[in-house]
Amino acid sequence: MSDAILQADRMSKIFGGLVAVNDVTFDIPRRSIISIIGPNGAGKTTFFNMLTGLYKPSTGRLTFDGADITRRRPDQITKAGVARTFQNIRLFSTMTAVENVMVGEHSRMRAGIVGSILRMPWVRSEEKNVEAKAREMLDFVGVRKSQHDALATNLSYGDQRRVEIARALASDPKLLLLDEPTAGMNPNESARLTDFMIRLRDETGLTILLIEHDMKVVMGVSERITVFDHGEKIAEGDPASVRANPRVIEAYLGKQEAA
Amino acid sequence: MKSRIGRPAIPPWANRALAAAVIAVAIIFPFFFTEAAGWVDDMTLALAYVVMGLGLNVVVGYAGLLDLGYVAFFAIGALATGWFMSGFFADANVHVLVGEFTKNLPGIHFNFLIVLVFAGALCAVAGIIIGLPTLRLRGDYIAIVTLAFGEIIRVFVIQGDEINLPFVGGDAHLTAGRQGINPIDKIDLPFIDQFTSLNLRPWYWTALALVLLVLFVNIRLRDSRLGRAWIALREDEVAAASMGVPLVKTKLMAYAVGATFGGVSGAFLGSYLNTVNADQFQFGFSIFILAMIILGGLGSVWGVVVGSLALSLINTRLIPDVLNDVPSKIGLDFNLVDVNYGIFGFLLVLMMILRPEGLIPERRRQIELHEDVDESLVEVTHA
Repeated sequence: MSDAILQADRMSKIFGGLVAVNDVTFDIPRRSIISIIGPNGAGKTTFFNMLTGLYKPSTGRLTFDGADITRRRPDQITKAGVARTFQNIRLFSTMTAVENVMVGEHSRMRAGIVGSILRMPWVRSEEKNVEAKAREMLDFVGVRKSQHDALATNLSYGDQRRVEIARALASDPKLLLLDEPTAGMNPNESARLTDFMIRLRDETGLTILLIEHDMKVVMGVSERITVFDHGEKIAEGDPASVRANPRVIEAYLGKQEAA
Repeated sequence: MKSRIGRPAIPPWANRALAAAVIAVAIIFPFFFTEAAGWVDDMTLALAYVVMGLGLNVVVGYAGLLDLGYVAFFAIGALATGWFMSGFFADANVHVLVGEFTKNLPGIHFNFLIVLVFAGALCAVAGIIIGLPTLRLRGDYIAIVTLAFGEIIRVFVIQGDEINLPFVGGDAHLTAGRQGINPIDKIDLPFIDQFTSLNLRPWYWTALALVLLVLFVNIRLRDSRLGRAWIALREDEVAAASMGVPLVKTKLMAYAVGATFGGVSGAFLGSYLNTVNADQFQFGFSIFILAMIILGGLGSVWGVVVGSLALSLINTRLIPDVLNDVPSKIGLDFNLVDVNYGIFGFLLVLMMILRPEGLIPERRRQIELHEDVDESLVEVTHA
């Protein structure tokens, strides 16, 4: 596909003798919302970690926005325009909500050590803008103003999730990776998040890749679903066809029987 | 919680007024004593340790990289004065911006300010070199590598008298080993009284100026893009990298900045103590500085200042002058000076039990530590 923002070509990740991700070819069309689903341990998060540079792929090639990013560091990939959230929230717990989001803007800032020590006028105005933008971002994801200066660890669970999304958005990404964003949310909150993702895509032109277990969210929001099992891609297509796919049913039902 | 984290909850004007008052008192302090009074001597030394404490604070307090080899930068900074402010290289004859008296001495003699900048730069490079092998390590392992680095530098200073430097001319060596390099040139600055051992006031003011400079840099960096990146790194390396913080660069920056301050203080101490010898650079010194910043409050600049002053004065005044003969008075046959490290250790243990976040804690740490306490209490009550 020519209009793919990200292309993964035959990527594998092997830990010792364990093949966590096996020969996956995958692409994400621009301005789409795509989901990856699969049973626990299917290699979804490992795949995510390869896309964001936390793991180096054992084999394969990763192209983002026309550039090869296979061997790049996480911060370089963030700078190129990929941002993510984590399955188990990883906020900087002793920083405030605003400070957390400001860290997300790091790669878009220029202030160096000398400029910061002398606090040049442009550094001062950069700091100001970054803070203003961070607050705007928090408003945008729906964190109340009274919580902006609260420490991350003191925020409610829902707010922590929202701050994490704001922090990811603060790096001005072209592609946003959300790792189980609705984990621990009630149906109401999940529905709100679904609406938010669609709004985000429509308003800002962002591309979103989602790992999700909540089928209601997945079916409601995804234009395409990719199914992983045992590190392999076993199915791909629109929600209706994936739901009807016998291999997918087998992967999930097999899991249920075992449980 | 309205106030910004990391700053005291008192209004900013009160904060500034307090800082101004403290600085004013610090400036006129030597006038309360004679020119060569012991108090001025002790305070000068204490201020030099404050500079070191603030440097180590960047590495350990901000970036969370446990550095147990900080003495290395004291050594390198002091060696810079040994090389470029003494008659150590007797066959060389270089004089740059030095006073009338020093002009006629053999050896290499640069103005103190030049050596200060050089010592800082040299230590920044050394800081990066020590940082490189620790990049892939975490926590305790960083401590071990840095500890070893400190020891390497010490042994290097001891054995340096066997390393010949042919290009300087004559029988020149890299260091003077245990014998030490002395005397070191006195600092010589325009518009200030003569720096002599009979008039300690100029020394004191120079140390105070260094403290203020380093304090300024510490605070500016804390509230900057780099400072946020350091704290993010300390909190969660993986998340920080994923948010666009370059780990290698950010860590090396912390090592370099911390080392620079160590070198600056080392250069001052080289000249002030008038000698550079290997016995000054024991491992215990690294622990001494670390104890200062833990006592004061890791990551808190004012805590570090208070902690460094307190521990240094306990070491140079309270133990030897005030309490030294207490054991003999109660019939025990030892001097308190002999067990000073034991006393520091005891103070740290006491501190960890009563106030683990330090005398003047950084707001972040306070929350961190006290939440742990709450959780453990919850567990106890549930058990």
